[in-house]
Amino acid sequence: MTAKTFPGGIHPDYGKGPTAGKPVVRAAPPKTVVIPLHQHTGAPCEALVKAGDEVKMGQKIGDTGAFVSAPVHASVSGKVLAVEPRPHPAFGVSLAVVIESDGQDQLDPEIRPAGSLDTLDAAALRKVIREAGIVGMGGAAFPTAVKVAPPPNKKIDTVALNGAECEPYLTADHRVMLEQADDVVFGLRALMKACGAGQGLIAIEDNKPDAIEVIHKALGGAPDLQIIHLHTKYPQGSEKHLLKACLNREVPSGGLPLDVGVVVNNVATAAAVARAVRNGTPLYERVLTVTGGAVANPQNMLVRVGTSFGDLIEQCGGFAKPAGKVINGGPMMGIAQSSLDVPVTKGTSGILCLARGEVARDEAEACLKCGRCIDACPMYLMPLWISAYAERGKHEEAERLNALDCIECGCCSYVCPARRPLVQAIRLAKGEITARRRRQAQPAK
Amino acid sequence: MAENGAQNELLVVSSSPHVKTRDTTQRLMGDVLIGLAPAAAAAGYLFGSRALMIMAASVGTAVLAEHLVSRMGHKRTTIGDLSAAVTGLLLAFNLPPSVPPWIPVIGSAVAILLVKALFGGLGGNFLNPALAARAILLAAWPVHMTAWIRPFDLVGTATPLATLVPKGVAGVPLPSYLDMFLGRIPGSLGETSALALLAGGLYLLWRRVIDWHTPVAFVGTVFVLTWLLGPDGIGTGDPLAHVLSGGLMLGALFMATDYVTSPVTPRGRLVMGLGCGLLTVLIRIYGAFPEGVSYSILIMNVATPLIDRWMTPRKFGMVKTA
Repeated sequence: MTAKTFPGGIHPDYGKGPTAGKPVVRAAPPKTVVIPLHQHTGAPCEALVKAGDEVKMGQKIGDTGAFVSAPVHASVSGKVLAVEPRPHPAFGVSLAVVIESDGQDQLDPEIRPAGSLDTLDAAALRKVIREAGIVGMGGAAFPTAVKVAPPPNKKIDTVALNGAECEPYLTADHRVMLEQADDVVFGLRALMKACGAGQGLIAIEDNKPDAIEVIHKALGGAPDLQIIHLHTKYPQGSEKHLLKACLNREVPSGGLPLDVGVVVNNVATAAAVARAVRNGTPLYERVLTVTGGAVANPQNMLVRVGTSFGDLIEQCGGFAKPAGKVINGGPMMGIAQSSLDVPVTKGTSGILCLARGEVARDEAEACLKCGRCIDACPMYLMPLWISAYAERGKHEEAERLNALDCIECGCCSYVCPARRPLVQAIRLAKGEITARRRRQAQPAK
Repeated sequence: MAENGAQNELLVVSSSPHVKTRDTTQRLMGDVLIGLAPAAAAAGYLFGSRALMIMAASVGTAVLAEHLVSRMGHKRTTIGDLSAAVTGLLLAFNLPPSVPPWIPVIGSAVAILLVKALFGGLGGNFLNPALAARAILLAAWPVHMTAWIRPFDLVGTATPLATLVPKGVAGVPLPSYLDMFLGRIPGSLGETSALALLAGGLYLLWRRVIDWHTPVAFVGTVFVLTWLLGPDGIGTGDPLAHVLSGGLMLGALFMATDYVTSPVTPRGRLVMGLGCGLLTVLIRIYGAFPEGVSYSILIMNVATPLIDRWMTPRKFGMVKTA
């Protein structure tokens, strides 16, 4: 099978070598966890517990009635110390439930298997997925139950699992595919049933031949499931580009994968769905990669949600070299942290600690108009012009050049020889444009 | 700042991406200088010490002018990006080897101060600085700028192009293709050796500093049109002589590919090459000058914003929705 891909994109240094071959190790049980009530795209949860309450592991501690949301669960058993604003690795600050572990890890007795895939219907599966608090684990953390409940006018024929893991340095999905292949395939089946899709596929970049082999075996030659080899390139794991490569379906501008009949989920998300269906286990722990040139002993770890970054870095031998940057996620789209005192959330796919020498701190020079950002842009936009308008506050011009189609993958900034902050300026313009659209929509009500 | 003892230094916080390519402006311009080196060596071999003197005067003045401009604007000097050195060397390549040394000095000063700095410095100019300076020198000192000498013995002569084009000098035999390919012909300092220019151009292609669109379209258009528009009717031209003579190789590989003054998309760069080729042939065959490479590139420089406006990529997701 020849590897599939899309035109554009970049080939950064992948840096996956230090952790790709290392099996997942279970992180030491945390003494205290800080569980943000907002770990997903959508409405934050409200706390269901208060300071002084005793909680069990897996107990639901936050929820909301909003449709686009996912409940959060305790990742240890113990006593709630506080419900208070705490630093958050993606949102800056969020209300969080702080729990002191009793060291017992007593599982909530409410947790029990949901039933078999044959007996559960689509609606029941969606309810299981929602109650388990499952969100996209590739980083964006979109509630999975919402994803698999498309509006009635959209027919879903395919569920695609994203095993591309195109972000440099990260190997968590790679290890999940190797070590939890059966869960991944079971989760795919469950997701297909939840949204009524007839076929499923798993797409993996060809720099992970062992994962391709293991998943291929796990599929067991099922006629409705297939594996797709992807060319190793960033951002091959962007869902739009994944579908372009796998199915040659192009998500329309401003649209979603469900506009072309597909739901895309991360492989780790599928494995979490499998555990929710089989055992009733909610999403309170996940696999992530702690890596980067600053870390003494980079590892893939199974980590409780709410464990602090600093704790995990300590467990990896601490910093061997002075850290210049600590990032929630990968180097292309991850978020730089100002402190190690932030908790792992459901969306944390990695903790990347770049040594001081690895941190790019160049000053921007004049744009040469070399056009490399255009060649690299996977959305075929013209980042140099959009960013130039954005820098001058001309957001209408930026909008005319389709700034809103930007997926913020960062390829343009990566390739720019003049080190211009292209995607950063475009991000700014996108914010201004959407804010203005919202303002214009207001008076109508 | 962490309080847990793992880290006692401040962390850098900035917006993603957190890693960058190793390519920098300086590295790209350095590659262009490396790409120009074979032609510079050929110039020294063919025209001797006077070639080296002209190149030194031109590069030296360009770098000095760039530095002074930065200083006058109270900014960090930009000579480190090497773009001024590239401009200086390209200007030298476009001068007859017989020019007095003050010509490259004035030319480089004009290129950097007038054509580049006044329009905002690197990235702001809309004309290729070296070519615009050459055009100004040609207008100001036409005798110095059209006095050609032969390689090695440095005796005054006409260029092959003057023989080749219809309005040229009759009866002077054309040099052999081999001499033209190797550069043993009269001409501007750095333009005569197609071999040296091709070697440097291939280096730039291999390093992906330039792409094939402009050079291939430029040379290809000249080849086809000069063959078609021959002196004795359709298909009687001498396209190989046209491609190997004058500034075509230098222009197609190193001047029309200048990032700042050429289109930003691959399709746009194709149009750039086609337009340069067409204009070069029109000027060579029907115009008043024997050579048209410089002017064709300058005209296409001016057309570049328009090309950029038209040759935009089709954005992802522009599909019909059901």
